[in-house]
Amino acid sequence: MKQISEILDVEKGKKELEQDRITVGVATCGISAGADKTLEKLKTAGLSLLVEGVGCAGSCYAEPIVTVKQNGLLSIYGYVTEDKADKLIESIRNSQVCEEMLLGHKLEDIEFYKKQLRIVMKNCGFINGLSLEQYAANGGFTGLANALKLQPSQLIEEVKRSKLRGRGGAGFLTGMKWGFLAAKQGRKFIVCNGDEGDPGAFMNRTVMESDPFSIIEGMIIASYATGAKEGIIYTRTEYPLAIKTIEKALVMLKDKGLLGKSILGVEGFDFDIILKKGAGAFVCGEETALIASVMGKRGHPRFRPPYPADKGVYDCPTNINNVGTLANISKILAMGVDEYIKIGTEKTKGTKDICLTGKVKRTGIVEVPMGTKLREIIFDAGGGPVEGTNFKAVQIGGPSGGCLTEADLDLPLDYEPLQNAGAIMGSGGMVVINDESCMVNVAKYFTAFTRSESCGKCTPCREGNTRMNEILDRITKGLGTEQDIKKLKLLAEYIRDNSLCNLGKTAPNPVLSTIAKFPEEYDAHIKEKRCPSKVCIELLKYIINEKCTGCGACARVCPTNAITGRIKERHVIEQAKCIKCGNCYDICAFNAIDRK
Amino acid sequence: MPRKKKEQTVNPVVQKVKIFLNDEEIMVDPNNYLIDIADEHGIKIPHFCMHERLERTAACRLCVVEVEMRGNRIITTSCSTKPAEGMKVYTHTPRLLEARRINLELLLANHDLNCPTCPSNLNCKLQRYASELMIEQSRFTGVKRDVPVDDSSVSIVRNDNRCILCGRCVRMCNDVQTVHAIGFQKRGFDTIITPALDYPMDKSACVNCGQCVIVCPTGALSEKPGVQHVIDALNSGKMLIAQTAPSIRATLGECFGMEPGTNVTGKMVSALRKIGFEKVFDTDLGADITIIEEATEFIKRFKENRDLPLITTCCPAWIKFGEQFFFEELNHMSTCRSPQAILASLIKTYYAENIGKKPEDIILVDIMPCTAKKYEIQRPEFVKEADYVLTTVELGKLIKQMNIDFEKLPDSEFDNPLGESTGAGVIFGRSGGVMEAALRTAADWLEGKSLEKIEYKGIRGMETMKEATLTLAGKEVRICVVHTLGEARKLLEQIKQGKSPYHFIEIMACYGGCIGGGGQPRPTNKEILLKRMDAINKEDKRKKFRKSHENPSALKIYAEYLGEFGGERAHKLLHTSYSKKPYK
Amino acid sequence: MKMAEWEEVERILKKYSTKEDLIPVLEDLQEEFGYLSEEMLERAAKKLNVPFVTVSGVATFYSSFRLTPRGKYHIQICRGTACHIFRSDKLLTYFEKKLGIKAGGVTPDGKFSLVPVNCIGACAKAPAMMINEKVYGNLTEEKIDKILSELK
Repeated sequence: MKQISEILDVEKGKKELEQDRITVGVATCGISAGADKTLEKLKTAGLSLLVEGVGCAGSCYAEPIVTVKQNGLLSIYGYVTEDKADKLIESIRNSQVCEEMLLGHKLEDIEFYKKQLRIVMKNCGFINGLSLEQYAANGGFTGLANALKLQPSQLIEEVKRSKLRGRGGAGFLTGMKWGFLAAKQGRKFIVCNGDEGDPGAFMNRTVMESDPFSIIEGMIIASYATGAKEGIIYTRTEYPLAIKTIEKALVMLKDKGLLGKSILGVEGFDFDIILKKGAGAFVCGEETALIASVMGKRGHPRFRPPYPADKGVYDCPTNINNVGTLANISKILAMGVDEYIKIGTEKTKGTKDICLTGKVKRTGIVEVPMGTKLREIIFDAGGGPVEGTNFKAVQIGGPSGGCLTEADLDLPLDYEPLQNAGAIMGSGGMVVINDESCMVNVAKYFTAFTRSESCGKCTPCREGNTRMNEILDRITKGLGTEQDIKKLKLLAEYIRDNSLCNLGKTAPNPVLSTIAKFPEEYDAHIKEKRCPSKVCIELLKYIINEKCTGCGACARVCPTNAITGRIKERHVIEQAKCIKCGNCYDICAFNAIDRK
Repeated sequence: MPRKKKEQTVNPVVQKVKIFLNDEEIMVDPNNYLIDIADEHGIKIPHFCMHERLERTAACRLCVVEVEMRGNRIITTSCSTKPAEGMKVYTHTPRLLEARRINLELLLANHDLNCPTCPSNLNCKLQRYASELMIEQSRFTGVKRDVPVDDSSVSIVRNDNRCILCGRCVRMCNDVQTVHAIGFQKRGFDTIITPALDYPMDKSACVNCGQCVIVCPTGALSEKPGVQHVIDALNSGKMLIAQTAPSIRATLGECFGMEPGTNVTGKMVSALRKIGFEKVFDTDLGADITIIEEATEFIKRFKENRDLPLITTCCPAWIKFGEQFFFEELNHMSTCRSPQAILASLIKTYYAENIGKKPEDIILVDIMPCTAKKYEIQRPEFVKEADYVLTTVELGKLIKQMNIDFEKLPDSEFDNPLGESTGAGVIFGRSGGVMEAALRTAADWLEGKSLEKIEYKGIRGMETMKEATLTLAGKEVRICVVHTLGEARKLLEQIKQGKSPYHFIEIMACYGGCIGGGGQPRPTNKEILLKRMDAINKEDKRKKFRKSHENPSALKIYAEYLGEFGGERAHKLLHTSYSKKPYK
Repeated sequence: MKMAEWEEVERILKKYSTKEDLIPVLEDLQEEFGYLSEEMLERAAKKLNVPFVTVSGVATFYSSFRLTPRGKYHIQICRGTACHIFRSDKLLTYFEKKLGIKAGGVTPDGKFSLVPVNCIGACAKAPAMMINEKVYGNLTEEKIDKILSELK
């Protein structure tokens, strides 16, 4: 068996990581904030330091992120947009720290990272995701090397001992799953599920873009453990950068003999991976729909059994693991199971990378040990709701999840406690909702999502979600009746109990949880025809109060000419003409328009 | 390679498991699904998407049951769940009844509720279950699917506003028939079953077999209506003639609630006379003539060892299938017209001349088991012959419309000279019948004597692919009988690759042959098909003549009009040709 | 279809042979041409030996496939949860007004097409959108004006 150091120039990678250099986070988040332009500027500034694009460190709120290591001192800068880059370049030229944009000199200095423990995210934003040397230099392939010291059966026992649970949401023990596949004979497959369709979750995208080798290393280890010789990475077409990154990573690994025949020179250890792109269907995150999609068909889930472990891709035994699960594997085996099981709760070991988004001060990926309180994630890492607003709820688990309120914030982050409280871990997306958002509108949003994402195969999901969406739509328009809540519950429970796949079974969760936690908001919409958060425009009323100076600004922006009045006199809004666009409210400089 | 006969292995003793079905302890085979176990124990669980001949999808979610295992009680579909030791199964708890009610209400909320004017009125599963669960109205209202009715096809009308998306038609068309005319399109609430890119049915690959109609639980798919044309024709002042296909006599009774397999030949003829048909002829005579021509054709090809295997062409759905998908193999198809087309041709020529009428003064209505016959009579080569086709179901409706009390009708006989037939003509109505009839004649002719052997039991029955090897005049003749187009496709692929071991093949598009045709009464299932088949075989046994070439009327027509078997005039009137057909 | 386009279609199809390749084939064709025409679907069906109705079933199931041409700049407004909380619906309306087309439409000059899409995973930068393959975050109406003015 060959050693990694025989194949890769690990020393070169070490040198690159240790030397003075400048990095810019150019994953999707960074680019969306203009990091690509910042990188270009730094590269062409004629600086003597190496300038490199890296992945995303998770502190998306402060993108573009630039790190500068100069004379051995690391400085992490945030909000370095193209226009601010000149200033930073100036500082670097003068070998100074640019205090204005400085977030800290190490991650631990930064509030966002203080409670974090980064295992899956360890390399993200630190190494160049497509540098095999840097990956190896930062501990990459150690897990694989350790795995190969064991017999496959011993390896599976180790994974079982780590108690690693599937990070896709269901939380099934990974070691058990591998055991099922290992017991099968003949052609079999390892599939990496990167079909991260939950709106509000992007941790898989981040790892695919920032640290692709860690996922593939996890797959190689899975191949060794289970004897599967074929692998498939399935990801979303909405993630073009992740797709390109994975494609390049696969080519590089094949080039180095880390994929293909006789991996690391081990006779018979053959494993190859192909990339398959989904084409825009949330349901394909469901295992059997994913298989149908891989086989070139419509993404219709099918009933189980037979389970994928018996009949999956090409009707062969198939093991499907989430991106996060596989990325964990390589890290767990590198650090050792004994170390790993010290982290987390009794039932769930390790960490979870949470995508913290919505109306929270600091958005991004927060990786914390299992068992961390939700409050610590939202308030300590995230800084709480955005300035001047109040926390109302946190939506966890996307369209399959539910909303939790202030009263639930001391719950530990773990599969069962979240489920008992009416949410789910899911893929780990947390959308913070403040008092500017209407919970009925949020429920309507999710039913609109499942309505269009239902595959259409089974009656409860196809027809039921449409009807729930219509009822909620009526309520947000002031047309709801008291019967509607009863109907919603009836439908929600029916869809939950009777649908074919988990998309349908969990689709009512956002409805049920908002009804349970925010009955007063439903009441306000139905009984009082009022939207307390002033989101549902059909329920709004704009009235000009006595503060009006008669400046006429509102009348000028009104698209329907509903506002009349003489100059310097109080204006009025003709309610019948008003379409509630809010233009007048936005433009009034005197707080003279009330929105009710 | 001839398929090996399935070896009769002794089933290993199945270790049964104990379950509680509605608290009753029973021992059951763990390999069966709960819905089938319940059925064996007298409980019929409602369902839409499940069908005995189609792969299960568990899509409609109506067959839900409550299952309790190790203290866990869940709702699951009984069509897709197998029993396990100690399982408690409940089939009609209040929770389940409510679930089924909501299921039906959701379907009704998105359904064209014009039941009285629906072709499936009173024969609709949605209607029946809604009535059984005493649903007064759907609690759910909102948008409804509202798409134009597709009546572009001459055979089948598609009304997607009545579709409940159970997907039976899709599985039938794609998996069983391998026609792929229709499929699921779009997704979610917008899901719809249509041809590709919303092309109309007549541009699709549809071969008009109507097997989708047979399995549709609602009125989303139905035969193209022809009854009104016939009623209009009754007042046209022209002479009305009917011909009835071999299988109608074995199925028409079901339209009137009679037991499947009841032979109603005599009542059928009486009813047609009462409706106003001047003459009622028997397509079975056409079948006998088909056999005379086809046996002649077969013997010629067999002796010359040319264009073998020969494939029968009585089935218009199969013909279109071949013309679309296997147009390079059309030389294998018999040039003989179908019995319907042969008799139509003779009625508009031989018979018209005999009675001194112009063919255009005769209106010929075919009573057929088949939606594809509506297509066949509109093929350009046949347009001047038969005028209308009514399916069995349509004839049933016409009889009711005419207030005729079918069951009380006396029996009467077909008219002559085109009403006399043999047992060989009758068995055309079931799978294997054309082959058996052809063999009865070909064997006699090849051997040069009247053989005792009449029945070829090896090619009877419901297996979709049956083969046999016979020795005729010292030569081996390998034959094969298939029904369903998926089986036909396999044989055609063999032929395409030059690997077909056969000399003679019978293909019928519909399961069971014409008794399972797309125009037959619903439900059509295996149990009912066996009864219909039995009725056909009994009729064959009763016949004085059981070989086509012994049919006195047929021989008389050859003598008076057609001339030689397979001769020039016979070719002109009784044969046809095929061509490549485009499709989307 | 023009000769050159035909050749391009054939070049793409050459890489594939089995029915399992259907989705990649459609993806490649769409990447090349911006949409899937009936002729392309028919060619794909023949090449992979997949029934036309199955191909059209797949092409209409997955939301990323378009059966009509898209604009030079394909604007995809994210409708993920975080973006929704940040009122991405208003941004969509703004685009509709600004471009004079409805969601799903293409401007008459073929320059812009506009669609809402499922979460693009830029939730931390909500509200976000993607134009062709580039992601833009923290959108405001002013920012949109600037971005559009830069697209030639």
